[in-house]
Amino acid sequence: MINLKTHFPTPDGIVRAVDRIDLSIREKETFGLIGETGCGKTVLGLTIMRLLPPSAAVEGKIIYKGKNLLEVSEPEMRGVRGEEIAMILQNPTTSLNPVLRVGEQIAEAIRLHQGLNKRDAKEKAIEMLGSVRISSPSRRTSEYPHEFSGGMKQRVMIAMGLACDPSLIIADEPTKGLDVTIKAQIIELITKVTEEKAMLLITHDLGVAMELCDRIALMYAGELVEYATAREIFDDPLHPYTRGFLGSLPNRGLVPIHGMSPSLIDLPRGCRFHPRCKHATEACRRKHPDMVEVEAGHFVRCFDA
Amino acid sequence: MLDYILKRVFQLVPALLLVSVVSFSIIYFAPGDPAEVLCTGPDGNVHPKSVEEFRIKMGLDKPLHIQYLIWLNNVLHGDFGYSYRSEKPVFDHIKRAFKATFKLSVVSLIVSLVISIPLGIVSAIKQNSTMDVSCMVGASLGVSMPNFWLGLLLMLLFGVYLNWLPVAGYGTGGDLEHIILPAITLGTGSAAVTARLMRSSMLEALGQDYIQTARAKGVSERVVIGKHALKNALIPVVTMVGLNFGYLLDGSVVVETIFGWPGLGRLIVDSINMRDYMMIQGCMVFVAILFVAVNLIVDISYRYIDPRICYETA
Ligand SMILES: Nc1ncnc2c1ncn2[C@@H]1O[C@H](COP(=O)(O)OP(=O)(O)OP(=O)(O)O)[C@@H](O)[C@H]1O
Ligand SMILES: [Mg+2]
Repeated sequence: MINLKTHFPTPDGIVRAVDRIDLSIREKETFGLIGETGCGKTVLGLTIMRLLPPSAAVEGKIIYKGKNLLEVSEPEMRGVRGEEIAMILQNPTTSLNPVLRVGEQIAEAIRLHQGLNKRDAKEKAIEMLGSVRISSPSRRTSEYPHEFSGGMKQRVMIAMGLACDPSLIIADEPTKGLDVTIKAQIIELITKVTEEKAMLLITHDLGVAMELCDRIALMYAGELVEYATAREIFDDPLHPYTRGFLGSLPNRGLVPIHGMSPSLIDLPRGCRFHPRCKHATEACRRKHPDMVEVEAGHFVRCFDA
Repeated sequence: MLDYILKRVFQLVPALLLVSVVSFSIIYFAPGDPAEVLCTGPDGNVHPKSVEEFRIKMGLDKPLHIQYLIWLNNVLHGDFGYSYRSEKPVFDHIKRAFKATFKLSVVSLIVSLVISIPLGIVSAIKQNSTMDVSCMVGASLGVSMPNFWLGLLLMLLFGVYLNWLPVAGYGTGGDLEHIILPAITLGTGSAAVTARLMRSSMLEALGQDYIQTARAKGVSERVVIGKHALKNALIPVVTMVGLNFGYLLDGSVVVETIFGWPGLGRLIVDSINMRDYMMIQGCMVFVAILFVAVNLIVDISYRYIDPRICYETA
């Protein structure tokens, strides 16, 4: 992604949900995207999939396998969705169609992209459900989403995402709202299925990201503030926001970050984090810091780093 | 499922009994004596002797509660009694009138659905476009236009000026050319309401997360709308259309009167005018049964199209 921007013009002003983001996801890599609620993570995922409402203004480039996804035609993009890049949307409870059988929802993409007939696609759907460890999958495929528990719906979403063997998966908060055991199972499942695939993992949960990701980016108010390997983020966080985020982990003392993230319409001048930053200086208030590479592969947006 | 239906039918018994009591008694509290009305000679004089004979013949001399029980027993055996006026079985009249009303209702329903469902969907997809706005303005007009007025307009245009269709009447048995105008008159009113509901429930469905999921699978917009959204959006529409059909089946007095359609609505009004008690009672009970039956069918089909309902205890 190069200089990617997604803005929503609204009656109250322009919402800068994604602002000048540069990042690249390598093949077979699990890339974590972390940030507080409302910072634009989901919008970034939807921008990649080109699933935003028509009112959204998108600028920049998204290069996937040599092609700029923002320039391909809509039918070509439909071929990419589900087949090449799959997105597992947040909130499995509302993301499954309540009046269609689970098997049909999984089989749909398979029929569409792999040209299988109804029966073969159903076989494949059963196989997919089995692979996300749902017991008696053949019976389960003919049930409706309301007959599944929350964790099982999440598995169904994962099975649906994986159905056509995409090379990039965007998973939006796959562990949100699950209890600890189920969460652990989902994490294990994701680890297993993503060995061979690239994945953009969107999450609030730094613990999950540490466990699953090769590299991690922190997003704040629509822009990236730091990104590096998971190890480096963990051992040597440079941005105050990253440090704050780490400090709020249960095993590090649960210290919350003060204040609230700013409105994406009315962003603070200078560094977007300065109103909440303990080390803010005059420079932070006046000038917007650029992303700098402090070490090989470790980028930070802070004057202090 | 069978359990559920039986249970529902069982629940209807007290309601229907109540309807029977009400329909039986209301008429006796209403002013006017059928025996006197019917036994009024051409000279305008009432002949007391024939009134008395008529009362005895029709069982009107017995106490009220006995009359009710006799009547109820007969009704339970499918015998709605005899019309005071024609002296033919009430049920024959109802059957004939219902056939006419049923025909008209089905055609109106088709007219209504053919207009409303596509318009509602298109309006939802092209929300706030000229198309959408004009459809919804049209729908408002359709709702607010009284049936008798629309009926008369159509009659004038197609029956009188263009002379394409018969102005009114039933033909030999409710032929197509006779049914078109009343069906359009009845259909447009409900089409307007259905189109609005279709539009709003389609809009709601299109805003749901699962639509995004479907798009993320690479499904084409046509399938997203026609399969994922429509199946959800139809749930409330089916309920409403079903209930609407229930109303249609009771017969529209206004439209049936204007177009000279020998349906239930007219039968009821005529029998009220004639103080034909047996007929009024029979019609009321029949309409009540019809209405609850349609409701039951709607409820059952509702469970069929919305899988979430089946497993809740009703
Ligand atoms: N269609 C839209 N029109 C206007 N603003 C929008 C639209 N979609 C999202 N936004 C705004 O963009 C911002 C980012 O939203 P986004 O859903 O990406 O947050 P998020 O980081 O995924 O949060 P969460 O962790 O709660 O899921 C929010 O402030 C939201 O109000
Ligand atoms: Mg989100």
